[in-house]
Amino acid sequence: MAAWTASMSERLASVWGEMKKKKVSYLFMAPFLILYVWFTIIPIFQGMYLSFTYFNVLEPPRWIGLANFRSLFLEDEIFRIAIGNTLKFAFITGPVGYFASFFFAWLLHKMRFRLVYALAFYTPSVVGPGLGFMWKYIFSGDQYGLANNVLMRLGIIHEPILWTQDVDLIMPVVIFVACWMSLGTGFLAHLAGLQNVPHELYEAAAIDGVRNALEEVWYITLPMMRPQLLFAAVLSVVSSFSVFGVAADMVGFPSPLYAAHTVVAHLRDYAFIRFEMGYAAAISVVLLLTTFGLSRLFMRILSSKDM
Amino acid sequence: MARVRFAGSNRFTFRELLFMLFMTALAVFFLLPVVYMIVTAFKPMEELFLFPPRFWVYRPTLKNFSNLLVATSQGSVPFVRYLFNSIFVTSVVVTGSVILGSMCAYPLAKHNVPGGGLIFALILSGLMFSSEVTQIPRYLMVTRLGWMDTYWALIVPGIASPLGLFLMKQFLEQVPTAILEQARVDGANEWQIFWKIVMPMAKAAWSTQLIFAIFSVWNDTWAPLVFTRSEAMKTLPLAIQTLGGSGIARVGAMAAATFILSMPPLIVFLFLQKRVLETMAHSGIKG
Repeated sequence: MAAWTASMSERLASVWGEMKKKKVSYLFMAPFLILYVWFTIIPIFQGMYLSFTYFNVLEPPRWIGLANFRSLFLEDEIFRIAIGNTLKFAFITGPVGYFASFFFAWLLHKMRFRLVYALAFYTPSVVGPGLGFMWKYIFSGDQYGLANNVLMRLGIIHEPILWTQDVDLIMPVVIFVACWMSLGTGFLAHLAGLQNVPHELYEAAAIDGVRNALEEVWYITLPMMRPQLLFAAVLSVVSSFSVFGVAADMVGFPSPLYAAHTVVAHLRDYAFIRFEMGYAAAISVVLLLTTFGLSRLFMRILSSKDM
Repeated sequence: MARVRFAGSNRFTFRELLFMLFMTALAVFFLLPVVYMIVTAFKPMEELFLFPPRFWVYRPTLKNFSNLLVATSQGSVPFVRYLFNSIFVTSVVVTGSVILGSMCAYPLAKHNVPGGGLIFALILSGLMFSSEVTQIPRYLMVTRLGWMDTYWALIVPGIASPLGLFLMKQFLEQVPTAILEQARVDGANEWQIFWKIVMPMAKAAWSTQLIFAIFSVWNDTWAPLVFTRSEAMKTLPLAIQTLGGSGIARVGAMAAATFILSMPPLIVFLFLQKRVLETMAHSGIKG
């Protein structure tokens, strides 16, 4: 026991010594870390604390234990709709966006002028959020809306479709737009990763009997790209669960019968419209645990630490 | 970087041409809404509500843009103010973000700092949830600090961006340490090494940080929504969103405003895209 304490304090002393030597490093890191902890890490814990309270900003928070979570999961009908919508949303736009960004990057990576095409596909993710009103116009419910117009001229439909008001159509429309915007940072990561797979590996594989593009991708390309695949996956998870802006612009907030109500929309509702901070904090904790959990899961699947 | 070309020749093979046509069609399809927005921004009144709607403008005009200046001045805040707010906030956040992020990434990548692994893991976990999750506490914090409706609220919380730091650190790890060692032997201190050697070498990475920071701050509607109360402090995207509420009748002005909103990030990206791709090559998470 004494020996253990002695060696522990030795080790602590040497770590402290090393830290003192690297004082400059810590100084470099300090400004960022201070802001990061202050405005990102601490809020996470505050949020967790608040989720166990009743807090309406006018009075100090009142501890109510798991009551928020109980009402959230057992009584809140709209939350259930929101979760359903968000899951439907995330499980479609997430994978679709993810595979699309890999697929498009793969299609592009050997082409001439690939940067031009990359720009074309990347633009929606940059410009998209501001174009909510544009999509509203395109999917406008009368015959002046672009979508209705084209479809009517092609004879596919005979009457204008109420894209953004018809409860059954709202989700597909929003999903469509979200997929359009999904070729973002992940897409760029895939493109760059693809370009950096060493050429010799493909040649060696060809000699070893790999015959077509599909096998090539599976055996060579994908394994080499694991880090980028993970990066894109994490980003994709987070973004597909945070959908709100474009949907709200297009179909309104709240949406007809809450058809496009996502968890984030629910959060906004309770936080900044009803000012029930405790309840809203509970929602945000659920969101946090979900995206964080999924990201860690992907990290486990796609880890390339031992490569 | 491995550059692979079709057939290694300079002539287009037929297959290549076909493929390119297909990709071009796809690209055009992707860009349609954007093109439509740009075109609408320049349409005169007579062409705006044409039936069937057109993808081209016959007599382009700048009237929508001038209408924009007039329309919003009725709300007692000139349009230019929104633009200024956006530009100011974006510039400060982006500058701060790039500098602080790079400064923090440098020791994490190049000095073997005790606890560095832990710190990096902490930052990495910041990538795994969306900012929505910290909305409420940030709002409360800002109120308590008395920063509500000031530039502080719009600027300070956004500076410490985990994405920027992550990209920078990954990139810096590829930088050969030998050069830095040489400089240390020659008597340079870390500060000098950082600014005179590291940053110039990492141009691709901080250009990328720059771009991503610009994208996220410029288009952000949440921060101004929650942190501002007065019209005069609103930024451009929020102002447009509120304008949009007034219905279809102002399509021209809306398109013009959206045009102004979307062009700057795109232009910046155009200039820096090569650097971006170079940085993204190192963007993998090793797990």
